[in-house]
Amino acid sequence: MPEPQRLLTADDVTRVVDRMAHQLIERAAGSATGAEGGGDGLDGLADLVLIGIPTRGAPLARRLAARIETFTGTPVDVGAVDITLYRDDLRTRGVRALEATHLPDAGIDGRLVVLVDDVLFSGRSVRAALDGLRDVGRPRAVQLAVLVDRGHRELPIKADFVGKNVPTARSQQVKVRLAEVDGEDGVTVTDA
Amino acid sequence: MPDALRHKHLLEAADLDLDDATLVLDTAAQIEAALAGREVKKLPTLRGRTVVNLFFEDSTRTRISFELAAKRLSADVINFSAKGSSVSKGESLKDTALTLEAMGADGIVVRHSASGAPHRLATWVAGSVVNAGDGTHEHPTQALLDAFTIRKRLGRLEGVRVVITGDVLHSRVARSNVQLLHTLGAEVTLVAPPTLLPVGVGSWPVTVSYDLDAVLPTADVVMMLRVQAERMNASFFPSAREYSRRYGLDADRVAKLSDDAIVMHPGPMVRGMEIAADVADSARSTIVEQVGNGVSVRMAVLYLLLGGSA
Repeated sequence: MPEPQRLLTADDVTRVVDRMAHQLIERAAGSATGAEGGGDGLDGLADLVLIGIPTRGAPLARRLAARIETFTGTPVDVGAVDITLYRDDLRTRGVRALEATHLPDAGIDGRLVVLVDDVLFSGRSVRAALDGLRDVGRPRAVQLAVLVDRGHRELPIKADFVGKNVPTARSQQVKVRLAEVDGEDGVTVTDA
Repeated sequence: MPDALRHKHLLEAADLDLDDATLVLDTAAQIEAALAGREVKKLPTLRGRTVVNLFFEDSTRTRISFELAAKRLSADVINFSAKGSSVSKGESLKDTALTLEAMGADGIVVRHSASGAPHRLATWVAGSVVNAGDGTHEHPTQALLDAFTIRKRLGRLEGVRVVITGDVLHSRVARSNVQLLHTLGAEVTLVAPPTLLPVGVGSWPVTVSYDLDAVLPTADVVMMLRVQAERMNASFFPSAREYSRRYGLDADRVAKLSDDAIVMHPGPMVRGMEIAADVADSARSTIVEQVGNGVSVRMAVLYLLLGGSA
C-alpha cells in the first residue's frame, strides 16, 4: 500500500479557501447587474448563490460563504445539489445512497450560481450538476469553483476559480479531507 | 449505511433488514427534498429502462403511484391489467411473464390475487420484481410508505407504539407493516375481533388485544384497516353496525388519543364503517399525505432496484 503524499495541510486549506473567497467577492462585485460605477460593488453578492456538490462540495460552499460574510459583512446564499440521480455511471458502478439537496428560498433564477466541488477530475460530476441545475431553475450564469484541479478532463469543462492546480497521473488518487466530513482538513495524493 | 439493497427483488417486508429499510426511507426523503418546489418534477435516472405494471387485481392508488414514480424517474412504463388482455383468454402467469421478459422489462411491478404469485414470477424473469400486493400475503411498499409517513410526522420509528385495527386476517398491509415496523424498532399492537385474526398470530412480533378503547391512550399511531368484504366467505362478525361500534374509529375514540398521535389508513376506506368521516378528514389523519409519500417511497425502491447495473 503506497503512502499518501500530503499536498495541502490544514493551514494551507484555510489559506486557499480564504483566497478563493476573495476571488469570488472580486468577481461578483465586478459582475453586479445594476453596477453603474457607484457604490462599493458589493451589490453583486446579493446576486450570488454558492451551490455545493455533495459530499465535500457542500461544506466547502458553506465555508466560502462564511468567509465572504466575514470579509464583506454581506451574507451569501448557499445550497447543495445532489447529483447522484443525474450521473451517467450508475449502470457501470451501481446505485449509491443519495445526499441532501437544498436550495436557498430565493431560488436560483436570474442569479449568478457558482458550483463548488472539492476535486475537478473528469468533469462528469460537473456535467451532472449542470443537468441538475437545469431542472431547478435558470441562473443568469453558472461558474465553477474547485479546491483542487487535478487535470484529465473527459468533457469540455473548465473551472473559474481554482484553489490549487495539481498535475497528477490518471492512476493517482487525490483525496480532499474536510473537518465537517472527515474530522480534519487536508489534501493528499496517493500512487496507485 | 450500505449503498444498495441486499436483494434484487422486493417481494416481502422481510427482504429488508434495518439497514435496507433505512436506506429506502432515507432515499425517499432525499428524493422528496430534491423535487420539492420544482417545476420539473422529473429525474433522468432510469432513462431507457422499462417498468411493467402487471395488475391482475383492481387497484387505483397503487398502480397510479407506481406509474407516476417510474415516470418521474424517466423510465418507460407499460401498464398491463388482466382485463382486456390475453389472461382473459386463458394465458397463464408464466406465459404472460415470459412475454414481458421477451419484450425486455427491467422491472415488473405485480399485483395478484394469489398469495406468492410475485415469488413465482421472480424465478421466471431476469428483471427485478416488486410485489404490489399478493392476495392476503404482503404489500411491502405500502408498509414502507406507512413507515415513511410515521417517521416524517413523529420524527422517529424506534419505540413508536403503533395500533393496527381491523381485518388483520385478510390484510396484506397488516402483514407487511407488522414485519417492517418490527424491523424498524416500533412496537405493534393488533386489535381485531378474534375471528379476524389469523391462526398463528401468537408467533408474530406483536401484542394482541380485543379492546380498542384500552389501547388508544398510549398509542402514537392508529392504523385502521378496511374490512375486506370481497375476500370474506363466511360471517366473521354479526353486523356492520356492531363491528363499527366496537372497532370503528369515531370522534369519541379519537378524543382518547394523546395530542400528537396520528391516524392512518392505507385506503380505500369505507367511511362510517372502520373510520368516521370527520376523523378521516381531521388534522391527525395522514390519509392523503400517505398517497403523496407513496410516490416518493416507490421512486426510492425503483431507483435502488433498477438504477444500477444488475
